[in-house]
Amino acid sequence: MKLTFSAEDERFREEIAGWLKENLCGEFEHLKFRGGPGDEHMFPEERKRWEQKLAEGNWVGIGLPQEYGGRGASIEQQVIFAEEYARAGAPGRIGHIGEGLTAPTLIAFGSQEQKEKYLPGILKGTEFWCQGYSEPSAGSDLANVRTRAVQDPTTGQWRITGQKIWTSLAHESDWCFVIARTDPDSVAHRGLGFFLVKMDQPQITVCPIEQLTGTSEFNEVFFDGAVADDIVGQPGEGWSIAMGLLGFERGVSTLGQQMQFQNELNEIIRIAKENGSAQDSVIRQRIAEAHTGLRLMRYNAMRMLSQDERSGPDSSALVYKLHWSTWHRHLGALAMDVLGPEAEMIDSAPYNLTRLQSLFLFTRSDTIYGGTSQIQRNIIAERGLGMPKEAKGR
Amino acid sequence: MEFRLTDEQYMVRESAEAFLADVSSTEQVRKAMLQASSYDPDVWQRLCNELYLQAITIPEEYGGLGMSYVYLAIVLEQMGRKLFCSPFLATTAFATNAVLLTASDEQKQQLLPAIAEGQTATLAWVGPQAARLSGTWDAAAITATWQATDTGYVLNGELSYVLDGDTAELLIIAAREAGSTGTEGISLFALPATTDGVMATWTPTMDQTRRQAKIKLSAVQVESNQCLGQAGQAWPKLKKTLALAKVALAAEQLGVASESLDLAVEYTLEREQFGRAIASYQAIKHKAADMKLKTEVARSAVYYAACIASEELDPQGDAVLASELEEAAAMAKGYCSDTVFYNAGSALQMFGGVGFTAEYDIQLYFKRAKASELYLGNGAAQRELIAAMLLDSENA
Repeated sequence: MKLTFSAEDERFREEIAGWLKENLCGEFEHLKFRGGPGDEHMFPEERKRWEQKLAEGNWVGIGLPQEYGGRGASIEQQVIFAEEYARAGAPGRIGHIGEGLTAPTLIAFGSQEQKEKYLPGILKGTEFWCQGYSEPSAGSDLANVRTRAVQDPTTGQWRITGQKIWTSLAHESDWCFVIARTDPDSVAHRGLGFFLVKMDQPQITVCPIEQLTGTSEFNEVFFDGAVADDIVGQPGEGWSIAMGLLGFERGVSTLGQQMQFQNELNEIIRIAKENGSAQDSVIRQRIAEAHTGLRLMRYNAMRMLSQDERSGPDSSALVYKLHWSTWHRHLGALAMDVLGPEAEMIDSAPYNLTRLQSLFLFTRSDTIYGGTSQIQRNIIAERGLGMPKEAKGR
Repeated sequence: MEFRLTDEQYMVRESAEAFLADVSSTEQVRKAMLQASSYDPDVWQRLCNELYLQAITIPEEYGGLGMSYVYLAIVLEQMGRKLFCSPFLATTAFATNAVLLTASDEQKQQLLPAIAEGQTATLAWVGPQAARLSGTWDAAAITATWQATDTGYVLNGELSYVLDGDTAELLIIAAREAGSTGTEGISLFALPATTDGVMATWTPTMDQTRRQAKIKLSAVQVESNQCLGQAGQAWPKLKKTLALAKVALAAEQLGVASESLDLAVEYTLEREQFGRAIASYQAIKHKAADMKLKTEVARSAVYYAACIASEELDPQGDAVLASELEEAAAMAKGYCSDTVFYNAGSALQMFGGVGFTAEYDIQLYFKRAKASELYLGNGAAQRELIAAMLLDSENA
């Protein structure tokens, strides 16, 4: 049982840290610490240029196999990359959906033509993707998709009609992957297809959703007979492809995310020391609890990343989302309580929030998106503890 | 990344598990806790002679196995699971660590081989004042005194909350130089329980699976070589000893917490109300999921802290990692204390009416949970230690 990375991994750390130091400056200097959750709407054009810069350094899709243009980096190296990326304050990735979700999905399930058509744009940082999963009636019940896909019997072309929601960065994306119902008589997870759809067409309308923060990172996307360029796999295989894709999110970005959490906590500690709330016994307890929770999140992640055949899928992975999202939400509230009455004062009218106010408000979404805390608890109880599955209404 | 058990560590876990299944069943626990010593001396002999677990962290040069602290954590987790009644924690995590950190080589040669052979031992440090100091268990609570004599020292005073204090054969005792205050003047002494003037008395406890005692010292004469390390300078090492003990206790708490969860899940899968297993209700599932989350995070805390403790005890250990010991111990003990009480309390509730009976074991886990939560300071006490590290020093 070891807590440290290998010497080879530490050399890799030096390489990426050095590259970031040399390149994250000049025209990119002002992007530092920007574009993260709650700030994703900021500087899209500059952040797209930054993606191309990353691609020039061969830092896009580092976990992808070399034959597809990646580096074939190990899990450890991907973790180190994420950690150093966050440590340097490099901006929120605008290409993360293409890199982290579309590319691995195509490599696992796509045809040769599809790989050749889509992977280069992702790896060059020139084409950006968004994810069309949730719908107004398909939230926690993700399989309850109503968006339809109809194939023209003569041309073979698929056309999509319906509505997606909570699509982040839809207005900045070139492509969207969409799950839609190919069999109109099917229910739940059967009869779905996985489609690749070009965003720039008149049959697609993107409407930003104004959030409680006053900003809009998420959108509603309306499809009115929109043309799908491709279907991945066969009609009816959409659900298993979509679920396989969730499996690709294996926590490599978690240590990077924690680095950002650490920055937030440091800021709160700085304020607490400055305004004297660090002497309040209840605030002291909460700061110590936040510090402990974050440190233990790191060791939980390290356990998750250390899984081998013998240990099997470790339960640390199962509880990870519930842990970090709950922790982060508490941190947002702690930030406000440390500030006291000052917490109410926004940066400027009409509604420009401070960084900590955004943190407070945005963290309310952490326990909702990507599987609510209630859904997480069902999953933990059912898969982790073998308790009975929820009864279904259909 | 290799933050997982090695093959050898799995083997030790399996052999501890098998041994405990054999010697620490419900009936055996209930029988042991009513014995005069609160444990079964025959089982202790078997543990020492067949598995040699008491010697895990004692270096080979002193007759031990010389294994890392991670192994001790693995064994203690299993002992917690089975509420194993024994002087194991007192002997290994308290007395052995105190000797390892403070004694000279000569003293180690004298003391450790006997422990490795199965001698029971404990550490007594706080006086009754510990309770008045919000359970801080730190230097201020050390009130027994020593005074130098021509040939050694004379000890006086009272020591409280001593684990297995009236059955241990070897006592490691902390006392302060008469008239000193705070962290000054503290020394550790090693003395056989049979020394003249030592009076140890059992103090019956709510948790009957682990024994506590108080020790009265009345003009106890000890030789100068019974003082471990330099007279009056023991506090920094004793503080580290207590940090190591916290890590060990946290490992045991992890076992108590996971077993409480497992017992609750097992029961709720069997128990039916309104025509279905109560485990199928979300009110129960979500409580179990919260227990599972805490258990997994507690596991990460324990094995992190155990790795740090190993670096501290290893003469060739990584000094940077070792410097995290007190923080790591506070995090592990704090998180595991909260978890063990949450899990045992939730489990008792999930058992419903039968959870309130003496017949079902969950009450034993519940009592052990509270006892271990309070011992060495509860979650809030640990968090205050962490807060002080983060908020009070200039360079934090």
